Amino acid sequence: MFDAVLENLPYLLGGFLTNVKLAVFALAGGLFLGTLVGLGRISKRPWVYYPVTLYVNFLRNIPLILVIFWFYFVMPILVGKNLDPFVSAAVSFIVFEATYFGEIFRAGFQSISKDLVSAAYSTGLNFRQTATYILVPIAFRRMLPSMITQSIITFQDTSLAYVIGLAEMVRRTTIVDSIEVRSIQLYSFVAILFFIICFIGSRISLHYEEKSRKAKVL
Amino acid sequence: MLSYKFDWGVLWRQPYGEWLLQGLWLTIQIGALAWVIALSLGILFGTLRSVRFLPLRILGSVYVEVFRNIPFLVQLFFWFYAGPMLFGKTLQFKINALSGLNYYVAIVALGLYTASRVGEHVRAGFASIGHGQYEAVLSTGMTPVQMYWHVMIPHALRLIIPPLTTEFLTIFKNSAVAMTIGVAETTFMSYKIDEQTFHGLEATTGAMAIYLVLGMTVVKLMDFIEARFRIPGLMTR
Repeated sequence: MFDAVLENLPYLLGGFLTNVKLAVFALAGGLFLGTLVGLGRISKRPWVYYPVTLYVNFLRNIPLILVIFWFYFVMPILVGKNLDPFVSAAVSFIVFEATYFGEIFRAGFQSISKDLVSAAYSTGLNFRQTATYILVPIAFRRMLPSMITQSIITFQDTSLAYVIGLAEMVRRTTIVDSIEVRSIQLYSFVAILFFIICFIGSRISLHYEEKSRKAKVL
Repeated sequence: MLSYKFDWGVLWRQPYGEWLLQGLWLTIQIGALAWVIALSLGILFGTLRSVRFLPLRILGSVYVEVFRNIPFLVQLFFWFYAGPMLFGKTLQFKINALSGLNYYVAIVALGLYTASRVGEHVRAGFASIGHGQYEAVLSTGMTPVQMYWHVMIPHALRLIIPPLTTEFLTIFKNSAVAMTIGVAETTFMSYKIDEQTFHGLEATTGAMAIYLVLGMTVVKLMDFIEARFRIPGLMTR
């Protein structure tokens, strides 16, 4: 039943590893840049707030596939030589996902009530202590479910690097399919593999969501 | 820095400017038609997830989980390449010979995928309606089907207009993935211009502007719908 899959298993799984690697780079970079974007979105300085807001609203209105293309065209001009599709894809994912993580970060921060901060100050904590012991832990707990969900979406999105010829799993599946012509089992296999990982991820996200609902921290 | 001569003329010079507009027209078609499928199936499966009868609830949940946890690109390729094979050898060749098959597959696949996301919002809408309303409606003598059709679904839909706006915006963005099976929508056209002129940067930038304008138009349209169907007495954004 899965004969064509089994014969090409190492090749296909090698592609899957590329998806995982791309997701790791995208998440590491996206979370880092996303934190900066989130800070920019809650900044009171207009020269920080407006450019960052423009960046976020601009990219959130554009298909990721087009962003991948755009970076694929613009990177050689900036760097001066043709780049590996993996690098180009990683850069586009980081820049794109950072806008989504930035909005999650902003929402988490803004969900904390001013009274809580005032209460922390009134116990004699200074700003740094308030941030370390009150703001960051609570905001993090509230952001965690959305962050996991967004990470799953990022992982699914890595398949779109297909369009610039990156040899990730979907690209490799189309190559195998063009030789073996076993579309049903090959595409089912890719679908099942993605489903298992993403389903587990969505359960973990749900778990933390219920947990924070039960905890009822202010 | 590589020396690169910008040529923004590719955005309006014949035939390239026209290509982009043709692409936009296809993007609108695919997004709008897929939205019809997504909304009807999304309401159906979202409602199933909130009924009392367990098998129906499981059916709704399975649909949503399956279609939400598989990348859209994989789903699209499955329906396009493996889909016709599911009908057996003789029908398969007839289906593959259809002209514009990729266009129809893109609409259906995008509709099925987005339905899972709409279904999730519909369920959340039902969850936010108080339990008392179910009992109140049933006590007027309505059957459960009448209750859902006349009261619950309209109520839930009006509650979830904001997240549905986001989904409606997303469906136009996701329609760009249809380029991978050769549907000549906006992104496909910008790539085609690159193949002909090697000015992909200008072409994709132009396509970005098109998506931006399209997105802003959709937001305006949904603002109007939201104002029209707002439930009086509830907090506004």
